[in-house]
Amino acid sequence: MSLQLDFPAVLERWPSFLAGAVLTLELAAFATVLGALLGTLAAVGRGTHNSLIAGACKIYVETIRNTPLLVQIFLVYFGLASLGLKFSAFTVAVTALTINVGAYTAEIMRAGFEAIPRGQIEAAEGLALSRLQIYWHIILLPAVEKVYPALTSQFVLLMLASSVCSQISAEELTAVANYIQSDTYRAFETYIIVAVLYVILSLVMRAGFWGLGLVLFPRRRRLGTPL
Amino acid sequence: MQQNSSSEPIVSLRNVRKSFGPLVVLDGVSFAVERGEVLALIGRSGSGKSTALRCIDRFEKVDDGEIVVCGHRVDRPDVDLRALRQDVGIVFQSYNLFPHLTIEQNITLAPCAVKGMATAEAKDLARKVLVQVGLEEKLHAYPEQLSGGQQQRAAIARSLAMQPKVMLFDEVTSALDPELTAEVLKVIEQLAADGMTMVMVTHEMGFAKGIADRIVFMHRGKVHETGPASILTSPTTPELTQFVGTGNLKS
Amino acid sequence: MGGHLNINHLMFLGQGALWTIGLSVIALIGGGIVGFVIALARISPLKSVRLASAVYVQLIQGTPLLVILFLGYFGLAAIGLKVSPLTAASASLTLYVAAYLGEIWRGCIQSVPKPQWEAAEGLALTRTQRMIKVILPQAIRIATPPTVGFMVQIIKNTSLASVVGFVELMRSGQIVNNSLFEPFAIYAIIAVTYFAMCYPLSLFSQRLERRMGRGRSNLAPA
Repeated sequence: MSLQLDFPAVLERWPSFLAGAVLTLELAAFATVLGALLGTLAAVGRGTHNSLIAGACKIYVETIRNTPLLVQIFLVYFGLASLGLKFSAFTVAVTALTINVGAYTAEIMRAGFEAIPRGQIEAAEGLALSRLQIYWHIILLPAVEKVYPALTSQFVLLMLASSVCSQISAEELTAVANYIQSDTYRAFETYIIVAVLYVILSLVMRAGFWGLGLVLFPRRRRLGTPL
Repeated sequence: MQQNSSSEPIVSLRNVRKSFGPLVVLDGVSFAVERGEVLALIGRSGSGKSTALRCIDRFEKVDDGEIVVCGHRVDRPDVDLRALRQDVGIVFQSYNLFPHLTIEQNITLAPCAVKGMATAEAKDLARKVLVQVGLEEKLHAYPEQLSGGQQQRAAIARSLAMQPKVMLFDEVTSALDPELTAEVLKVIEQLAADGMTMVMVTHEMGFAKGIADRIVFMHRGKVHETGPASILTSPTTPELTQFVGTGNLKS
Repeated sequence: MGGHLNINHLMFLGQGALWTIGLSVIALIGGGIVGFVIALARISPLKSVRLASAVYVQLIQGTPLLVILFLGYFGLAAIGLKVSPLTAASASLTLYVAAYLGEIWRGCIQSVPKPQWEAAEGLALTRTQRMIKVILPQAIRIATPPTVGFMVQIIKNTSLASVVGFVELMRSGQIVNNSLFEPFAIYAIIAVTYFAMCYPLSLFSQRLERRMGRGRSNLAPA
């Protein structure tokens, strides 16, 4: 066994690594925003009295949570293709990741909604606010605040899981790594570097969510309650 | 106390029935509240007084009977809830201020969102109602920075900002210790003096006696005895005698 | 190319499904053993041990499983260690699962009420005795629902072993597709099969959770 590591040979490809990391962040950002929207809607849907909507939302959540992301990505990829629709790998990746993280978000948000005391909703109803206004002004922010750690962890996991998109040749960080290692024959060094980059990306995301929390929850900032 | 004999009652319940499963909570309840009147609903826990109050703002649906509140047929399934609740203000035992909003935002939310009031106007209004409850310096505080009594006064101010025609108080001092109870009762007394129509469920017999124009004593889901505040000192039914006799008539 | 899905294809997919279960069991046992050590290390009285295990968890939880699998397969091969896809997948999944189970179990151990720890200390039990006789039996009860929930994640995650050429359910689907070229239909069958394996476990985990009366949301990678 000869253990001769040559990091410089791989590191000189840094522009490619950087481009891959940027694309990974872009994928994660799009899917996080869209998935948060989709998931919140699905959580609201599961709470409605309309059993058709509630049932559909439940089926969506359970189907996604009980199948692998890799299978979901291929299904979206070939599903769109069989409909005769041609999209870029990036669009397919964002679509699949959004559908995936939306289901997890829905479960987390549902827990958040359920944690809102009944009296809050009655007080809002007593002030003549509409159903939609109650969700928007009274329930949403406190619910997000209650599940913020779980929610943001899920979004970091999503960023890491986006590495699977390399399998439909989206040019994100893992795909870049696959390409560089086959080019340089330095697999071990390449994947070590990529692993470090992912760790950095997840730290960056956590820091970002911490900062966002300060903006979203001014009460906590003022009262000094930890997030 | 002022009475207005010319118009319809603001709130009227006629033969209202309501059950939770096999448990009959309201068994043919009738009473009416005139404009400017203060009505106190008293009775043991489980007598149905809170349920009766919650039916007025339709937090409970009735099984049978008629409820008219400011012209709204509350017993009908097609009642316009949002119109009803603009006419009726309700204050709860547990305050239910919105924890993520400042006191000012708690107050301005409904006038802006429901009535479409301009922000500047709503802020002026918030200041005005907070002065009314003696909390003007807490405009920018968050609810958890306030004592229980202050939170309840802020909740009253929030209700007042919607300029309701009648206000409902559901055991608003039950969660407070005596000292804080006094400051909340003082605010309600001032409202009564200003001529606000009010229905209150209360355990404070001394307060009810001092402020109420009329007392409705509920027992086992029925209106058992009703009359002016003097019925508390000279009750005619044995149940009310026992109720006021068991130390309920304090302060 | 061409042809229809026949009994041989289905047998092949079934075999793949069995390997998915096999790999999941390996990952659960391997990850469980290492994860248990991690959980204990995370609450060790020795600061260096706590720090080392925390760094391990942070590194693994900050890296995609796919990259860990590549490290285990291409990486080890590149430095002269020839390993089979099964070995590489088992080793990688073990390291990955250990980091997550370790954290879940640490949380469970620490959620055993404080008076229990103090009572055990008051009885003059040694640290090991306290752990084995008092704390762990209670922690296992708390840990059961989230562990069952995490088994769902393990099963789903084994699908990534297909990328390094291990023929489990996902890979066998790809192989069948190479001869039939009906990707949508075949991946739909694969999805249904995964669902059939995962959903009962999900339901079971939810039932256990409800019975314990705790509504913790079940966090895990996709």
